[in-house]
Amino acid sequence: MKQPFEKVVTEHGATVLRICRAVVGPTDADDAWSETFLAAMRAYPELPADANLEAWLVTIAHRKAIDLLRARRRRATPVDEVPEKASSEIGGTSDGDVWMYVKDLPDKQRQVIAYHYLAGLPYADIAEILGGTSEAARRAASDGIAALRRRLTDAHAKGTAR
Amino acid sequence: MNANVERTDVSAMLADLTTVGPEALEKLHVALEDAADREGILDVAYRTIDTPVGSLLLAATRAGLVRVAFDSQDHDVVLEQLASMVSPRILRAPKRLDPVAREIDEYFARRRTSFDVPLDFALSTGFRRSVLEHLPQIAYGRTESYADVARTVGNPKAVRAVGSACATNPMPVVIPCHRVLRTDGTLGGYVGGPEAKAALLDLEAAAA
Repeated sequence: MKQPFEKVVTEHGATVLRICRAVVGPTDADDAWSETFLAAMRAYPELPADANLEAWLVTIAHRKAIDLLRARRRRATPVDEVPEKASSEIGGTSDGDVWMYVKDLPDKQRQVIAYHYLAGLPYADIAEILGGTSEAARRAASDGIAALRRRLTDAHAKGTAR
Repeated sequence: MNANVERTDVSAMLADLTTVGPEALEKLHVALEDAADREGILDVAYRTIDTPVGSLLLAATRAGLVRVAFDSQDHDVVLEQLASMVSPRILRAPKRLDPVAREIDEYFARRRTSFDVPLDFALSTGFRRSVLEHLPQIAYGRTESYADVARTVGNPKAVRAVGSACATNPMPVVIPCHRVLRTDGTLGGYVGGPEAKAALLDLEAAAA
């Protein structure tokens, strides 16, 4: 028997918002979340009752995030000359601090980190969403985490030196 | 490193990006309610309302009010029934219920004696439905017996069936099955329990 969609939102809303923030950043995350749940609600009656809801939602969020990233890159090209404004906008919120380091990771590493560490999906499920093997997904996650640790440690060192 | 420890560790590292407060989710929820309604996929909207007979669950389709349920009926169970009998596209979305919530407030404040919101009888068919459609014609503050109702709907022998139509009334309070009593004048059963039935009859008697 299928549970009311409200239950899906209350049980998975926070996790989906976390992965949206980690993949598209704090500014676009709300749009990614809204589009994800609207698309999920539209398709929900046809979803098999025994489907893995979390994996299904991550798959939808993944596609919506890709659309947003593409749109943002198209928008970003002509204003590449004014990076100061963009970074000061992001740095102004406390959300932006970690994002400053996360956003420079390759898309795939951000996605794998989000889906594995924030949504808790096994690498086999992630490989199905991203394509490729689960081994490659595991490697992307560990490379991404290592790079992120390095950047955060460097930043911390600089911060305390000042 | 142990996988769980590592997961906690990475979450901590990302914490200021991924900490999700209740206000952020509430704002997104409201936006989802509006967008789903606009796109015509909000099949069932619901909210709860506090009343002198406890918390009532109110649910409406686009056609109208479809369900009212007492606390004792377990709102979660009622929402699951709506998911399987009407549609699983259900959201807590109070806006659609504003008019009926206002009328129920007025009813309990004794400022209203009948309801005029649109009703969706999707959960009732056949004889039960004709019983329910008759009940609003029993005037505020008045009562009829199960036998009276059976006669009025044209099937005088169906006293028991009238009883089960009342017992399965999907919209109690708004469809006044509380105004139907046993022939001997005793209360009879009620979906919200006998105390709720007595409270509603007292309320109407005091105002009438």
